[in-house]
Amino acid sequence: MKTDIILAGVGGQGILSIASIIGDAAINENLFLKQAETHGMSQRGGAVQSHLRISDCEIAADLIPLGKADLILSVEPMEALRYLPFLSPEGYVVTNTTPFINIPNYPDVEAVLAEIEKQPRFVAIDADKIAAEIGNKRASNVVMLGAATPFLNIEPEKIEAGIAHIFSRKGEAVVEMNRKAFKAGLDFAMANK
Amino acid sequence: MQKNLFLGVEAIGQGAIDGGISGVYAYPGTPSTEITEFIQANELALQKGIRSKWSANEKTAYEAALGMSYAGKRSMVCMKHVGLNVAADAFINSAITGINGGLIVTVADDPSMHSSQNEQDSRFYGKFAMIPILEPSNQQEAYDMVREGFELSEKLEVPVMVRITTRLAHSRAGVIRSEVLPEKEVVLPADPSQFVLLPAIARRRYKGLLEKQELFEKTAKKSKYNEYIKGEDKSFGIIACGIAYNYLKENYPKDDCLYTVLKLSQYPVPQKYLDKMAKHCEEVLVLEEGYPVVEEHIKAAFKKDIQVSGRLSGALPRDGELNADLVAKALGKETQLGADVPELVVNRPPALCQGCGHQDMYKALNQALDKYTKGRVFSDIGCYTLGALPPYKSIYSCVDMGASVTMAKGAADAGLIPSVAVIGDSTFTHSGITGLLDAVNDEANIVVVISDNESVSMTGGQESSALGKIESICTGVGVDPNHIRVLTPLKKYHDMMVQTFEEEIAYDGVSVIVFRRECIQAAAKRLRKEKKMKDNPNK
Repeated sequence: MKTDIILAGVGGQGILSIASIIGDAAINENLFLKQAETHGMSQRGGAVQSHLRISDCEIAADLIPLGKADLILSVEPMEALRYLPFLSPEGYVVTNTTPFINIPNYPDVEAVLAEIEKQPRFVAIDADKIAAEIGNKRASNVVMLGAATPFLNIEPEKIEAGIAHIFSRKGEAVVEMNRKAFKAGLDFAMANK
Repeated sequence: MQKNLFLGVEAIGQGAIDGGISGVYAYPGTPSTEITEFIQANELALQKGIRSKWSANEKTAYEAALGMSYAGKRSMVCMKHVGLNVAADAFINSAITGINGGLIVTVADDPSMHSSQNEQDSRFYGKFAMIPILEPSNQQEAYDMVREGFELSEKLEVPVMVRITTRLAHSRAGVIRSEVLPEKEVVLPADPSQFVLLPAIARRRYKGLLEKQELFEKTAKKSKYNEYIKGEDKSFGIIACGIAYNYLKENYPKDDCLYTVLKLSQYPVPQKYLDKMAKHCEEVLVLEEGYPVVEEHIKAAFKKDIQVSGRLSGALPRDGELNADLVAKALGKETQLGADVPELVVNRPPALCQGCGHQDMYKALNQALDKYTKGRVFSDIGCYTLGALPPYKSIYSCVDMGASVTMAKGAADAGLIPSVAVIGDSTFTHSGITGLLDAVNDEANIVVVISDNESVSMTGGQESSALGKIESICTGVGVDPNHIRVLTPLKKYHDMMVQTFEEEIAYDGVSVIVFRRECIQAAAKRLRKEKKMKDNPNK
């Protein structure tokens, strides 16, 4: 088993927190893991990516080769498109549809979404809206994690346990809310993949 | 065995703690910052009282680490690649003094310049100083090399360089720890003249360093981090340095590489391995991250005509970071490519945070300079360098730490009046003070803006050495107190800021305008912490 994931977003959107939940679950499953992050200058509102590789045998490179990613998980729609050269012909794009507009020349949002719909395999989900309905806009990344879970080759229960573990310090109410967000994302992906 | 999920930099921090250091010295710089941050926050390090506060710059850090080594204890100094330029004087000479307690200098290079001004290769510096270099291929090796590196340094009696690159620094993998080694006691060098580099002593010690080169090479030959893997096809050889070894392995997932491979992670390059390779191979490909250091070396070191390829020959690009795809191409393997990036995707460059004080400072500066021709603002290295980009487009230089003050002075000397420097608080104490002293002594006509957000922000909000000291430093250096102005960069003070600029531009002499407002990232972090304290006062 091997899952190569490109996580994408904008500096400050918290893609590394998604990576750490998946990483936690993978390590608990005794899987091998490598995860390359973006630190430094580009974190200031720039495009950021993380290469997350999970496998049951040892992993060589920290970076995913072009055309080999099984999944692009993006918390922003235009950022999902930026990494298409990495996606394998059988790979999935799972993206949030809410744009993060911090540049003056952001393209037409409808056109961005149309490009995503051109992909052979994708899940496009309005994670911000779903998170708001659940009661906390900040849970949109956990919605996205839920939406990506069918493609991770890790059982959903294990990811959910990772969420409970990471948020346990913040109290039962926060854990419960994130569980709901995770479930909502997962259900959406199962119905729309 | 329990695995710890460590970034490469964290593995190095843990390796140093477990290797028995008594102190780490550093100035923040991507991609090296988190080594020191890890040690600062580590419970075992806190319990042992390992010294870990930030230094004013890489040179002071290096010298303090050398001082700890003089006193017999193990120490590590960390920096990004360009930081070694700042510390170079101490670094090169420390190879000649040698060490007492084990000393590791960890340098993180940034090929592809993700967060840097150049992509210089620190292995050149290691070679220049003639000391051993360790270059881990993965996080586990990073941990092991640092933990064992102090003993290596003590055995060889010189500082040892650990060279990593951005990719290893900021990538996570499972790392297994080994037992924690004890700290050393204070014991002074047996030879009291060891560290006194008077010419007569320096000549003797330099000869000693030259004589030791053979030992360094022998040690590298025996190193478990270097491995000579005989292939079925002996005509083609590959030398894979540091992390490049992983990109090679990525291309042979079934371990089915038929060629002879030299995995190289400890330098100097062992000549015996090269001789072995030269016996069979007609062609040798060098995979190395950074400059063609090994490629150049082996061209001269092979005693017969062997075709050498790598970054110089064009088999690999001369610049930028390596990856498995580039290595595949150099091996003549086919690579896969996903879909193209749709045309509508635009760049999203980094930008100043919304609400950042630098923004208000630049708006006022732009207005004050509107009546002059452009090209009068020299800047420096920090978040405020983003003032070069739209919508501000305020600055015309970013060269090295502290260069804003001195370049503005030089331009003013040439007759460019007004001439303005924009520098941050931490960059000012790193390397701006001496330049300001030059300006005062020369009665230069410049305006120095110190955009003080009370932290080292670009690297993640470390404590600034300048905190609470800027005005007294400027006064102490000799700036007229009437021309040290302090303002709060906020929209509501815009007119006052513009007016202050105009007044100080009109003054024929050195002016310092301090714009002081807490970094908004630091402020947000502080507020979260305060709220947590309020919610859970017992924690």
